[in-house]
Amino acid sequence: MSEPNPTASNHTLSYPRFLWRALGVATDGNVAFYTWMVALTAVWLVGVNAFAHQTADGLGRTAMTDHVSWGMYIGNFTFGVGLAAGAVMMVIPAYLYHDREMHDVVIVGEILAISAILVSLAFVNVDLGRIDRFWHIAPGLGRFNWPISMLTWDVVVLSGYLAINLHVVGYLLYTRFLGQTPNPKWYVPFVLLSIVWAVSIHTVTAFLYSGLGGRPFWNSAILAPRFIASAFVTGPAFIVLALQVVRRLTDFHVGDGPITTLVRVLRVTVLLNLFMVGSEIFTELYTGGSHTASARYLYFGLHGHNALVPWIWSAIAMNLVAAFLFNSSSTRTQLWRLDIACVLSLAGIWIEKGIGLIVPAFVPSTLHEIVEYLPNALEWKVTLGIWAFGLLIFTVGLKLAVAIFTGRMRLEEGV
Amino acid sequence: MDDASRRGALKACGALLGSTAFARALAPLTEWTDDLSVDAFLQKHYKELTTDEMAAVLTRLEDETALDHGVEVTISDPRPTPGVSFGYALNLSVCVGCRKCAQACHVENNHDRATHNSYIRVLEMKKGSIDLELGRTDYAHPVPSPERFYMPVQCHQCDNAPCVKVCPVEATWKEEDGIVVVDYNWCIGCRYCEAACPYHARRFNWEKPEIPAEEINPDQGYLSNRIRPQGVMEKCTFCLHRTRNGRLPACLEACPTGARVFGDLNDADSDIRWVLANKRVFVLKEDVGTRPRFFYYFDK
Repeated sequence: MSEPNPTASNHTLSYPRFLWRALGVATDGNVAFYTWMVALTAVWLVGVNAFAHQTADGLGRTAMTDHVSWGMYIGNFTFGVGLAAGAVMMVIPAYLYHDREMHDVVIVGEILAISAILVSLAFVNVDLGRIDRFWHIAPGLGRFNWPISMLTWDVVVLSGYLAINLHVVGYLLYTRFLGQTPNPKWYVPFVLLSIVWAVSIHTVTAFLYSGLGGRPFWNSAILAPRFIASAFVTGPAFIVLALQVVRRLTDFHVGDGPITTLVRVLRVTVLLNLFMVGSEIFTELYTGGSHTASARYLYFGLHGHNALVPWIWSAIAMNLVAAFLFNSSSTRTQLWRLDIACVLSLAGIWIEKGIGLIVPAFVPSTLHEIVEYLPNALEWKVTLGIWAFGLLIFTVGLKLAVAIFTGRMRLEEGV
Repeated sequence: MDDASRRGALKACGALLGSTAFARALAPLTEWTDDLSVDAFLQKHYKELTTDEMAAVLTRLEDETALDHGVEVTISDPRPTPGVSFGYALNLSVCVGCRKCAQACHVENNHDRATHNSYIRVLEMKKGSIDLELGRTDYAHPVPSPERFYMPVQCHQCDNAPCVKVCPVEATWKEEDGIVVVDYNWCIGCRYCEAACPYHARRFNWEKPEIPAEEINPDQGYLSNRIRPQGVMEKCTFCLHRTRNGRLPACLEACPTGARVFGDLNDADSDIRWVLANKRVFVLKEDVGTRPRFFYYFDK
């Protein structure tokens, strides 16, 4: 540490104090803040309760079957990984192109990465039949089928990405809390690593699916690029919304620069994503044959079964409108149009890279039986609970970052 | 009271309220934890258990079955016979689609009664095509229907098994005699194998299997037909508790037309070798590269 001061150099005293003050800041606020947090906690607890019932009675409480054996949870897991990876779209301008204004707010993206990874991990865990045997997948403790199983790769990259971002955010907040200037040596290499790592998490998640020869709907080389393209829509779209909330509700300075930069990214990625979806649709539908039955089921229904048809066309419509809004000149002057575009693209990709990506791979089944799936009430409760939990983490993270970056939470003023 | 301490007291109330609500929300878990024991929780992987540890596990499982289902069963752990490599063939020219094999599997392997589970699905196919899209499993009319042929599908015990590759915890593997097994006490229930299998051969225990005590098959194998726990995968094991002891699979014995042929691929004099050498044999979905040990053939 450069220029140590007597209190700060003793981390065994100052770090617990940092945590204690963080707890205080995280639980302090105005009426709106308390309402928001209580509401999120309530939704989260409903999810916890639904999960407890599911664990006690078995996954038979969900709408999943041996025909459609992955559903809402794995869909949301996939979307969540994309959100986490997309946060890197702040890191790249801030650290590779040295965009000062972006650099000042890049912590928002890193906190999003942490929250979204936790959400994704939660979705995988609630999907396990035997959560009590979780330790079987711990490297060293259980039997870790690495490097053969892509799921073990996913464990490695997701926990690695979580660790990197926890380190960067934790280090930056703690040193600023101490009143010191962060030493680039201790975080810049990790930030640069996180850029590569962000691409890896969504690539490996795509490989989970695309490596399965028995599921033609997934067995496509374009799946990983599609995942990355959509991640670079959802990440920036979420951050654009978050930055505006921060700007309106706090005294943390958010310039127009970062939002403009992210919108420039979105203009391209939203079209790129649609282009890749279109390429996939063309290949599937023009070819025809039984390997393309899943795609036909998704977009048009199969033998009178069409549960997903309204979902996927809503998704495509939302993505098209978002693409139009991001690229229209009036959006540059009217921010509310931008907000609508962000919400539409998030909702559209949530369907397209969620249920729209997972479920059709199982319909028809590998023996061409048709059993449909839509999530039931219990799955909705667990799902909303996990997203509420993610928003809790994200809110607390932002609150700490704002308090520390504006200088309100500092060691010397503290008790 | 000043503002700060009032706020502190309110926060403490909030924390208390929150943690009480959290405990209440998790309350349904208590009925689940009743089913768990420390020994079961700490049990090692099948391949890491010593002979003594395995004996203790088998006794514990027998006791648990007695307690849970009210029936005395024997759970053994038959190992592969060195040099034996199992294969199975099915004659599509004589199969009539009666589903007797599926029913025998249901009984032999202690499947959940309510779901009519079985490791075998019988497809009614259109003559002149092996396109699965033209097949159906839910036929309900007298069989055989003249325009159709019938194709039972079960685990193909692939030599290049996608299900084994994808398992993150090595809870499923291929044994020396070619049979792909699951350690029901090691599986974490992620269902990645179920997604990977091109033959829909795997099943998940969505709930705890229920079987009336008098219907339980008491001759059980650790890796095969013992009653599975909730939340784990299961699959056809070529009835290894029978076949490793010189008997035939239950589905074969139940077949009224003699469509099924089972045996040791390493034995040049076996029926299965004769079928492979003299019949027009094919494997299902050869293009996905799974290299099955389950073969189909036509007489003419």
